[in-house]
Amino acid sequence: MAMTAAVTQRRVGWGKYLYKNRWLYLMSVPGLAFLILFKYIPIYGVVMAFQDFKFKTGVFGSPFNHFKHFVTLFSSDRFYRVLTNSITLSSMRLVASFPVPVLLALLLNEIHARWFKRCSQTLMYLPHFISWVVLSGIVVNFLSMNDGLVNDLIQALGGKKVNFLGSSAWFRAMIIGTNIWKEAGWGTVIYLASLASINPEYYEAATVDGANRFQKIRYVTIPGVSGTIVIMLVLAVGGLMNNGFEQIYLFQNDLNISVSDIFETYTYNIGVVGGQYSYSTAVGLFKNMVGAILIFTSNTLAKRLGGATLY
Amino acid sequence: MVLIGRKNKNRVRLRGDDVAVSAVSYTVSAAFALLCFAPFLLVIIYSFTPYDLYLKNHFDFFPSRLTLDAYRMVAKYKYIWSGYRNTLYVALFGTALSMLLMVVTAYPLTRKDLRGNKVIMTLWIITMFFSGGMIPDYFLIRSLGLLNNLWSMILPGLLGCYNLILTRNYMESLPRSLEEAALIDGANDLQVLVRVVLPLCLPILATLGLFTIVGYWNSYFNAIIYLTKRTNWPLQLVLRELVFESGVNELRQGMAAEERATTPFLLKMASIVVATLPIMLVYPFLQKYFMTGLVLGGVKE
Repeated sequence: MAMTAAVTQRRVGWGKYLYKNRWLYLMSVPGLAFLILFKYIPIYGVVMAFQDFKFKTGVFGSPFNHFKHFVTLFSSDRFYRVLTNSITLSSMRLVASFPVPVLLALLLNEIHARWFKRCSQTLMYLPHFISWVVLSGIVVNFLSMNDGLVNDLIQALGGKKVNFLGSSAWFRAMIIGTNIWKEAGWGTVIYLASLASINPEYYEAATVDGANRFQKIRYVTIPGVSGTIVIMLVLAVGGLMNNGFEQIYLFQNDLNISVSDIFETYTYNIGVVGGQYSYSTAVGLFKNMVGAILIFTSNTLAKRLGGATLY
Repeated sequence: MVLIGRKNKNRVRLRGDDVAVSAVSYTVSAAFALLCFAPFLLVIIYSFTPYDLYLKNHFDFFPSRLTLDAYRMVAKYKYIWSGYRNTLYVALFGTALSMLLMVVTAYPLTRKDLRGNKVIMTLWIITMFFSGGMIPDYFLIRSLGLLNNLWSMILPGLLGCYNLILTRNYMESLPRSLEEAALIDGANDLQVLVRVVLPLCLPILATLGLFTIVGYWNSYFNAIIYLTKRTNWPLQLVLRELVFESGVNELRQGMAAEERATTPFLLKMASIVVATLPIMLVYPFLQKYFMTGLVLGGVKE
C-alpha cells in the first residue's frame, strides 16, 4: 500500500522525504498561504483590542493600553444592551424555530405519495437559496405602513394599521418569522436523512405487533431520529452568540434599535462606520471568546453523545 | 412482545389512525410549502401588473392585463447592469478558484501519514472556533490594497474548514486501489489527483460548487464593508438600495413624466424578480445535486 510505503521510510532524511512527496507538498502550499493570510493574520490582528490603534503606526507599532477598552466596555450601558439583545434574540429564535424542521420532517416522512412529497420539498427549500436582501425586501414591502399588502388588508378588514417595521415590539417576531421562512424547510434535510436510515424491519415488527400509525411514530420514528435532534440542538446552542449580520442589518432602523442592536451590527457601526477600530475589535473579541467557549463545549458534548461532529 | 395479533382483520377498512396521520401530514406540509412560495408568487404577479389596475385594487392577484413597464424602467437603471456584471464576475471566478483551492488542499490531507498534515489540520480546525473579526479583516483587505476591488468579495471566503473536511472525507471514502495502481504505473501524486481522484469527486464538487456560487451570489456583507464605489457594487447591494432606500426615487427622477406612471412598489417588485431570476430558473433542475451532495458528504463523518 502507498500508505505503508511512506511509513517504512520514516528514517529517510528530510530532504529526500520532501523530494519524494514534492507534489503533495506543492499542492499544500496555496491552501497554507490562504490559511495564514486570511485566517491567522486577522487572528493576530486582535491585538488591536489591547492597543490605542493608530493608522500611522499600525498593528505592530501602536502602544498597548492595559485593557483600557475592556474597562470602558464593561462599564458601558450600550454594551450590556447589546449583550442582552443578542442573547435574547438568539435564544428566542432557538426556542421558536428549532422544533419547526423536526415537525416538518416527521410529517414529510408520513407522506407516501412521492410526487407530493417532492413538490412540497422543492417549494420549502426554495427560500434557503434566496438572499436576505430579497427576502427582507419582500417582507419590508409587504408589511410597510404605506402601500404594504398586509396593512392594506388589515385596513380593508376594518382594523388599524400596524407599524411592523418601525416598532421594537414587532422586531423579534419579524426576525424569527423570516428566519423560519428561510431555513425551516431546508432544515428538514438532515432529519429526513436520519429518518431514511431507520431500519424498515422495525416498522414491520411494529405492524406485526399490531401498532397503529401513532404508535409507530411514537415508538419507532421518534426514537430513530432523537439522536440527531439532540445533537442538532446541542450544536445550535453553540451558536447562541451569533445572530448573523445580513438579516438583522436589513431590518434595523432607528425605531427598533433598542432591541435590534446586536453584536454584529454594533461592531460594524462603531468600527467600520464610526472609526473606533480598537474599541470595536475589543467588542468583537469578547463576542468571539464567549462564542468559542460555547461552540467548543457544545461540540464536545455532541461528540460525547455519539454524534457525527466533523473533526 | 405479543406476536399473535389481529392479523388481517380490518385490512380493507380505512383505519382511523391512518386517515388522521395522513390528513395532518399532507395538509400541514402542503400549507407550509405554499406559505414558503406564496410571497415569491405575489412578487412575480405584482411585477407584471399595470399601474392603473394596481391603483384600482391592491389585491388583484389575477390582473386582466399584464405589462412589462416596470421591467423596462428597471432595465434603464445602469447600476442593475453593473451589479449583474460584478456579481457574475465574483460568483464565477470565486467559485472556480474556490473549488481548485479546495481540491488541492484536501487531497494531501487524505494521506494521513504525510508529515505536517496533523499540524495543518489542527490549524484549520482552530479557525472553526476563532476568527479575527470584522475590523482585523478590514485592515487586512485594506493593507492588501483590495478596498474597492471585487477580489475583496472573493478572497476572504475562498475556503472554509467545513467544506475542506467534507471533501477530504469524500476523497478518503474512494477506493484506494485505483490510486495505488496509478502510482505503481509511475504516475506522480499530481497526476493521480487530476486523472484518478478528481473525476470521482465530481458529485461532491458539483454540490459544493453550487453552494459556493449561490453563496457568492447572495452575500452582501463583504461588499458593504469593502466596496464604497457604486460601480463596484454587486447586485445585492444595488437591489438593497432600490428596495430599501432612495434608489427607486432616483431611478424615477431620470424618467420622462409619462414614464413615471408607475409606483415605487411595482418597480421594487420587478427589481426583486430581476435579481432572483437566475437562481429561480436553475433551482428546480439543480435541486437533486443540493440533496445528494449532502448525503455524500456525510458518508464518512
